Amino acid sequence: MNKVLMSGNFIICEAAIRAGCRFYAGYPITPQNEIPEYMAEHMRKAEGGIFIQSESEIVAINMIAGASAAGLRAMTSSSSPGISLKQEGISSMAACELPGVVVNIMRGGPGLGNIRPSQGDYFQATRGGGHGDYRTIVLAPATCQELADLTMAAFDLADKYRNPVMILADGMMGQMMEPVTFKKPKPRIYNKKFMLQGAGSGKSKFIRGLILDPIDMEEHNWKLARKYEVISKKEPRHEEYNINNAKMIIVAYGTAARIAKGAIKRLQNNGMNIGLFRPVTLWPFPEQQLRSLSAKVKNYLVFEMSTGQMLEDIRLALQGYADIRFHGRPGGAVPTPAELANVIARIYERTVK
Amino acid sequence: MIVKTIFSGFGGQGVLMMGVSLAHSGMNKGFHVTYLPAYGAEMRGGTANCTVAIADEEIASPVASEPNFLVAMNSPSLFSFQNKVIVEGTIFLNSSITNDRPHRHDVKVFCIPCSDIAQDLGNIRVANIIMMGAFIKVTGIVTSEIYLNSLESIMGSRKKSLAEINRKAFAAGFDYLKNQQG
Repeated sequence: MNKVLMSGNFIICEAAIRAGCRFYAGYPITPQNEIPEYMAEHMRKAEGGIFIQSESEIVAINMIAGASAAGLRAMTSSSSPGISLKQEGISSMAACELPGVVVNIMRGGPGLGNIRPSQGDYFQATRGGGHGDYRTIVLAPATCQELADLTMAAFDLADKYRNPVMILADGMMGQMMEPVTFKKPKPRIYNKKFMLQGAGSGKSKFIRGLILDPIDMEEHNWKLARKYEVISKKEPRHEEYNINNAKMIIVAYGTAARIAKGAIKRLQNNGMNIGLFRPVTLWPFPEQQLRSLSAKVKNYLVFEMSTGQMLEDIRLALQGYADIRFHGRPGGAVPTPAELANVIARIYERTVK
Repeated sequence: MIVKTIFSGFGGQGVLMMGVSLAHSGMNKGFHVTYLPAYGAEMRGGTANCTVAIADEEIASPVASEPNFLVAMNSPSLFSFQNKVIVEGTIFLNSSITNDRPHRHDVKVFCIPCSDIAQDLGNIRVANIIMMGAFIKVTGIVTSEIYLNSLESIMGSRKKSLAEINRKAFAAGFDYLKNQQG
């Protein structure tokens, strides 16, 4: 298959269209503007494809909820402040068990913040973000190839569990270019009984999130909870790098993991044995997989482009099993691998030797 | 082998195009490549820069700590990035519009009057391709043929008329250094 050089934002779109996404709604915000740009041009070339620039982020998320209820594969995208606006809709989709893909190309926050790459939306993404007892599956790509593969996987997972799936990347992933190969998407498996396409002469169906009877609502909550438990068991994904013989392990995801890997390679030349544990799914977090490493390695350094959010999940996984340290660069600052290597080397010297 | 290059200049000088075309030709030669633009509220006349990494192995970080090459299309770019360049690295300078020279003595410097040569060719917009001619000549990351073919495939059918002037511009930059050294 042919390799093409594309920017991350374009790759997400192309992968989505190839995976059968036929409805996109979104509202512009940097650094993800290339997503609606590409969708505007290419969605109409896809058979039955619909592109809408909505009047707001809130409308966009509700439009994809509608398209999803009607049986289409649907996607919306935004960046941090815009994703905050979508939370009510995401909660509603989770309640109604509607599949859909939400792309968050994170920027510096809180508030309007800035437009530089950041990882400050980890809590919002992995804890649900909106109100109520629900979860969203969160995928965190670190390469352009993974952007393509995980976008396709996002649609499959959304259908499989009838739940919104978030792709959590940042401005750097969205803007950078790398060669990418688009794999053949899997055929869609989604039961027609979940689609509202007009009852005709048959029995009428409805999809709703408003369940006034508390006993019924409790039952619905437990039903969702059981689904999330299955996801937690079956879907965690992670990548390990240089784990064998490692004396210390860096835990990082997305862009931060790329920079960490660069730093680790630099330090290898100085005789430091450092590994990388990179969660690919942020929810479900690969907790067991990380904990099992603590039998061999006792020193962990968490690196995030935030003040320490994934850190809490790592504490849940490792507290009492290993030493955990943290280094963060919030607000849109992206360190070079050399800068990070200096930080790692200092901690390595103090803790390992 | 991993080679990192920072391209920098004014918005409108085709700085990002230089990076894209180099990344594209690196890919076509079978290398791993990453291209990272500095994005933001940029505009024509503002600042623009991008980083391209080319390697024969997986590229960990697209962010360059110490680039091997710096292509500075104006003075501010030279001052912003000259200290990042690796020891014994190389700086390419558009000497038409900058009288400043790098203050470092541990790097090689090539001064190419790209804007003047472009004006002589009758199209100021090809200054970036002239620079690429000199860049490819010195670095030899890819052959001229691979570079020019990649450039044409990026430009696509929309700008086929530009292919000829681009080839001329590339040759002018390539030969400028040949004449200097010969």
